[in-house]
Amino acid sequence: MKQDLGLYDYWPYENRPKIRWPGGAKLAFWVAPNIEYYELDPPQNPFRTAWPQPIPAIPGYSIRDYGNRVGHVRQMQLLNKYGIRGSVSLSTALCDHHPEIIKQCRDLDWEFFSHGIYNTRYTYGMTEDQEREMIRDSIESIFKHTNQKCAGYLAPALSHSELTLDLFAEVGTELFGNDAGIYTCDLFHDDQPTPIHLRSKKRFVSIPYSLEMNDTIAYVSNKIEPRRYGQILKDNFDQLYKEGDNSGTVMCIPTHNYQISCPHRMKSYEEALEYITGHSDVWVTTGREIAEYYLEHYYDDAVRDIAGKQECKS
Amino acid sequence: MSTNKNYLKYPHRSLGMDHSLYKWSMLDDRPPIQWPNGKKLALWINISLQFFPLNQQNKPFPVPGGMTMPYPDLRHYTLRDYGNRIGIYRFFDALDQYGMQSSIAMNTLVAKRYPYLLNKVIERGHEIICHGDHMDALHYGGQPIEEEAALVQKSLDELRQLSGQPVKGWISPAKNESHNTPQLLAANGIEYFCDWVNDDMPYEFYTDEGVLTAMPLSTELEDKFILMNNLHSESSYKDQIIDACDFLLEEASTKGGRILALNLHPWLLGQPHRIHILEQVFEYLSSKKDIWSANPMEIVRVFKS
Repeated sequence: MKQDLGLYDYWPYENRPKIRWPGGAKLAFWVAPNIEYYELDPPQNPFRTAWPQPIPAIPGYSIRDYGNRVGHVRQMQLLNKYGIRGSVSLSTALCDHHPEIIKQCRDLDWEFFSHGIYNTRYTYGMTEDQEREMIRDSIESIFKHTNQKCAGYLAPALSHSELTLDLFAEVGTELFGNDAGIYTCDLFHDDQPTPIHLRSKKRFVSIPYSLEMNDTIAYVSNKIEPRRYGQILKDNFDQLYKEGDNSGTVMCIPTHNYQISCPHRMKSYEEALEYITGHSDVWVTTGREIAEYYLEHYYDDAVRDIAGKQECKS
Repeated sequence: MSTNKNYLKYPHRSLGMDHSLYKWSMLDDRPPIQWPNGKKLALWINISLQFFPLNQQNKPFPVPGGMTMPYPDLRHYTLRDYGNRIGIYRFFDALDQYGMQSSIAMNTLVAKRYPYLLNKVIERGHEIICHGDHMDALHYGGQPIEEEAALVQKSLDELRQLSGQPVKGWISPAKNESHNTPQLLAANGIEYFCDWVNDDMPYEFYTDEGVLTAMPLSTELEDKFILMNNLHSESSYKDQIIDACDFLLEEASTKGGRILALNLHPWLLGQPHRIHILEQVFEYLSSKKDIWSANPMEIVRVFKS
C-alpha cells in the first residue's frame, strides 16, 4: 500500500487560470443519477460484504429495487421538467435486466457512464486483468445498448484499486481512442476539473462529483433531514456560483433513485433544482460535456500552472 | 487475497430480475388503480405492537430496537413495554379524535401476554396482522426450514385462535426473511405480507405454495427509522409525512391511486413529548378530502379486483 497514489499535484485554490464555461457561464451544473443493480445473492468478495444480514437481505435489496421500479421515472420526469439531461452512473448489467430504463434515458438524450457491472461486485481483490476485463465489459455494454462511447467512470460502489483510473483510460483508448475514457468521478479533492496523472500520459481529467451533495451520503451516512438537504444544495450552489465570478466552478448532484425519489424527499429536491436552474450564467450540462470543454480549452493551461506551483513561490 | 475466477461470471444477467420471486415491472407502466369513491390516496396506518424479550438471543443478529446492554437490560425492555401499556392508549385516542382506521401488527406473544390489550384491539375492530412470534424470533437466511415452518405455524395458529380473526397479513420481525419465508406464509393462509419495500403499490409475489400480495409498508417513512435511526427531530418527522402526502396526492392526480403507508410504534411516538406530533400528522391528513383511510385487506381487495 502507498501513502498517496500520485494521481494529481497540489494546486492551491487561488490565482488559477480563469475558466469561463460556454456562453460565459460561471458555474457548470450537472446531475448524475446512479442507476444501479444490486444482486440478491452476489458472490463473496474477500474484502467487503454486500449485505449486513444473511442472504436474502430483504431490507437493503428491496429498497434498491424500489429505485428502479418506482423512483427512476419520478426523477427522470423531474429533471426533464427543469431541462436537465441526466449523466447516468450506470451499473451496466442494468442494460440486460431493465432495458426499458435505458430506452427512456436514451429518448431524452441522456448520457451514460460506467459504474461497473453490478454495484455488488467490488474492485477489491481483483487482479489487474480482472479489473481490466470488468471495465471493458462495462464500456462495451454501454456502446452496445446506447451507441455511446463511455467518457466517464465511477468505480462500482466506490471500490478502487491502485490502477483503476489507468485501466479505465487505457481500455477507453483501446476501444474508442480519445472519445472514451476521458474523465473520472472518483476523486473529491476539488471544485474544478483537474488534470490526472496516468501511466499512459493520456489527457484525462477529474470532474467534480460531490460526495457531500450525494443524496445517499446525505441521507444514509449523514442522516440529513430532507428539507435541510434541499437547503444544503442551495447553499452549495450559492457559494460556487459566487466564486464562479473569479473562475468557473462545477456543481454536481449525484443521486440515487431509491433515496431522492422517495415521496418525502421529492419536494425539497425539486425546490433546489428550480432555484439552481432559475439563475442566469449557469451551464446546465453533462459530465462528458464538461470534460471535453475543459480538455479543449483549459487543460493545457492548468498543467502549466500546476507545474509552476510545485515550488514554494508566493 | 484475491477474488476467485468466478467473480466476473454473471449467471443472472438477463431480462428482468436476478430471481423469480416477482416480475420486473415499473410502477409508471402499470394501469392506474381506482380507489373507492374516487379517492386519490389510500392512507394505511399500521401500528406495531412488539415484545422484545429480555433474554435476547441475537440469532442471527440483534434485532433493531432490541436489547443492547448486558443482561438484564431493563432500560430497553421497559421502554419498549411502555408502548403496550401507555403509548397504545394515546394512539387509540388520537385515532378516534381524527376518525382514522388502522391495522395492528402484533407479535403473537403480545396477544398472549396482554389479553386485555388484545381484547381492546378486537373490540375496536382493528384488522390484526401477525408480526411474528416476538421481536427476537427472527426469520433469516440459513434458518433450518423445519424450524422456521414451526415458527410460522405456531405464530399464526396461536394469534388466530386468541384473536378470533382470520389473520391474513404478515410482517416479519425486522422485516427480515429467509428464502423460505414467503412460501411458508402462503402455506399457512397468509394473503399479503409487508416486508419488501420495493414498491409504492401492491404487487404479486410468487411462491411454490401460491401467490402472495406484497404490500408496500415504507421503512423510510417509519417513525422508528426517522426518529431513532436517522435521529431527525419530531417536527421533521411531521414535515416528511406532509411532504410525502402532498407528493403522492399530486402523483395520484395523473397516475391513479397511491398509498401513504405509515408504520407507527407506540413505544416511540406514544411518548408524552411526541404524541402531539402524531396528532398534528393526523390532523393534516384528515383535512385532505381525497384521502381514504383504509385497512390493508381493503386495499388488497381493490388491488385484486
